[in-house]
Amino acid sequence: MSETTTTTTAAPTTAVTPMLESEGLVKTYGRVVALDGVDFALYPGEVLAVIGDNGAGKSTLIKCLSGAEIADDGIMRLDGEAIQFRKPIEARVAGIETVYQTLAVAPALDIATNLFLGRELRKPGPLGSVFRMLEGSGMRKRAKQQMMALGIGTLQNMGQAVETLSGGQRQAVAVARAAAFGSKVIILDEPTAALGVRESAQVLRLIESLRERGMPVILISHNMPQVFEVADRIHVQRLGKRAAVITPQSVSITDVVAIMTGALRVEAKDQALTPVR
Amino acid sequence: MSDAIAGYDAAEEFLDRQSPIKRVQAVLHGYPWLSPAIVLAITVIIFRLASSKFATPTDLGVIAQQTAVVGTLAIGQTLIILTAGIDLSCGAIMVFSSMVMAKTAFDQGVPGLPALLIGLAVGGLAGAFNGLLITRVKLPPFIVTLGSLGIFQSLTLLYATGRTVRNTELAPELKWLGRAIDLGGFRITTGVIVMLVLYAVLAYVLRYTAWGTHVYAVGDDPDAARLAGIQNNRVIISVFVVAGFIFAIAGWVLIGRVNAASPNSGIDANLDSITAVVIGGTSLFGGRGRVIGSLIGALIVTSVDHGLSVAGLDQNYKQLAIGCLIIVAVTADQWIRRARA
Repeated sequence: MSETTTTTTAAPTTAVTPMLESEGLVKTYGRVVALDGVDFALYPGEVLAVIGDNGAGKSTLIKCLSGAEIADDGIMRLDGEAIQFRKPIEARVAGIETVYQTLAVAPALDIATNLFLGRELRKPGPLGSVFRMLEGSGMRKRAKQQMMALGIGTLQNMGQAVETLSGGQRQAVAVARAAAFGSKVIILDEPTAALGVRESAQVLRLIESLRERGMPVILISHNMPQVFEVADRIHVQRLGKRAAVITPQSVSITDVVAIMTGALRVEAKDQALTPVR
Repeated sequence: MSDAIAGYDAAEEFLDRQSPIKRVQAVLHGYPWLSPAIVLAITVIIFRLASSKFATPTDLGVIAQQTAVVGTLAIGQTLIILTAGIDLSCGAIMVFSSMVMAKTAFDQGVPGLPALLIGLAVGGLAGAFNGLLITRVKLPPFIVTLGSLGIFQSLTLLYATGRTVRNTELAPELKWLGRAIDLGGFRITTGVIVMLVLYAVLAYVLRYTAWGTHVYAVGDDPDAARLAGIQNNRVIISVFVVAGFIFAIAGWVLIGRVNAASPNSGIDANLDSITAVVIGGTSLFGGRGRVIGSLIGALIVTSVDHGLSVAGLDQNYKQLAIGCLIIVAVTADQWIRRARA
């Protein structure tokens, strides 16, 4: 503890281990610097928004965290343990689920099949072990429970093809899958980019229900009002570095844009570097 | 989640309005084998009206026997088309396998059963050859199988030295699938039974196993499949191997059907199998369709062919009718894909 005066947001009063953190991440593409020593911390049970102008390095940061890119330098830790991913699948196995902008649900397959794609359940006994028979009804039942838990009870038929759903419902299926398998962190990449106002609202509610279940969420978005509505803290990325971490309560939307463009600097003591929830 | 935001006043009653045509679209979307089944029924009714000799019990047996070879090929072709692939070499693999079976038994004096197994293995290997080129060298299935069509055809002719293995020269095991079974006027062959069993097995595998689900996923959305942790290349190679094996079984059925193993048989079988699959409601873009639809598709092709000859009509109408059906089937597929609930 420092002896000088402390502001409530700045002083590290607790020693909470971040669920996912990085120190000094560097990533270059030839002579283009995407990440120039980025520090990042996501705490348990919070929604952390990552924002920044185009080319600020937010996608590259997320790609490094989700295993889609390999950082040139720096450390990453998941739940306090050092991690190093070479492929997205390794990040998934470790518990970092990413919902991609392009949804990544197979349109002709039904909801339950999509939820369990790649990790299907087989029937017990010889039906499963000899005849390799899938637990179809069991998977549909668990898919239903999962959707209910996320507050998406209006989808009744888990045998419905995903392509017959609306954009928001499809996004819900993708999020439900990410949340279904004991994951530790969910990364949502522009989840509302392709959606209308009404459907965006549904997705924001979905994010809130993830938080209620204690699931830490990283939200990448361009949409400031949405970020301010749902995020606990906001990581602002600028020119390959972390420009600031702030809370929606302490900074206005106008000021956030100023931070993104470099017009405004925030002192470390005024930032929200520790959990606020 | 349509109840999510606000209720409407005047517009409320129109929200869930569905035109009859939309309802038809939704039903066809849910049951992709339904439209080919209707086409088959119409075909049978038309030819039945044209000739009283059509579709009698005896006649149905003949149709079943005529369907056996293409019907079996269509099973393997369905698997491949479900992954958004295509196999132009299926007929060549079938004939090559059948020649290998017949000649290893006749020339090399290998007993019938091992000769049969060698032929089936050759089919699987030929499929693996296609699958490896598609996944490892990353060539389009159309090009790979166009090339291997020529390769396998040529190999067959070179290996057979232009000679047919005749009925009397065939090992008895190879003729098993030509045996007739009489069910009170309705005569089918064991080859028909084998085809039907294969359909049942593949329908089960595609519907109820993880592998089947992955076959659909890979064809429907390769990126989604990959992100879900499915190894797309492995699935595709396994599909081509299984299909090659099924094509070899079709070769065995073919020997029983023509009572000989000829390097020149089954020239158009590749296109016939694709026709059966497409008319059967399986999408050429992958990921949707049912294997049972391909059986219906094969039956449609045979019924038209056979119906024209029974009714004493010009056989040249066959290609006209089938050609129209293909175009209608693909148009219908495009339309059904746009269905929304």
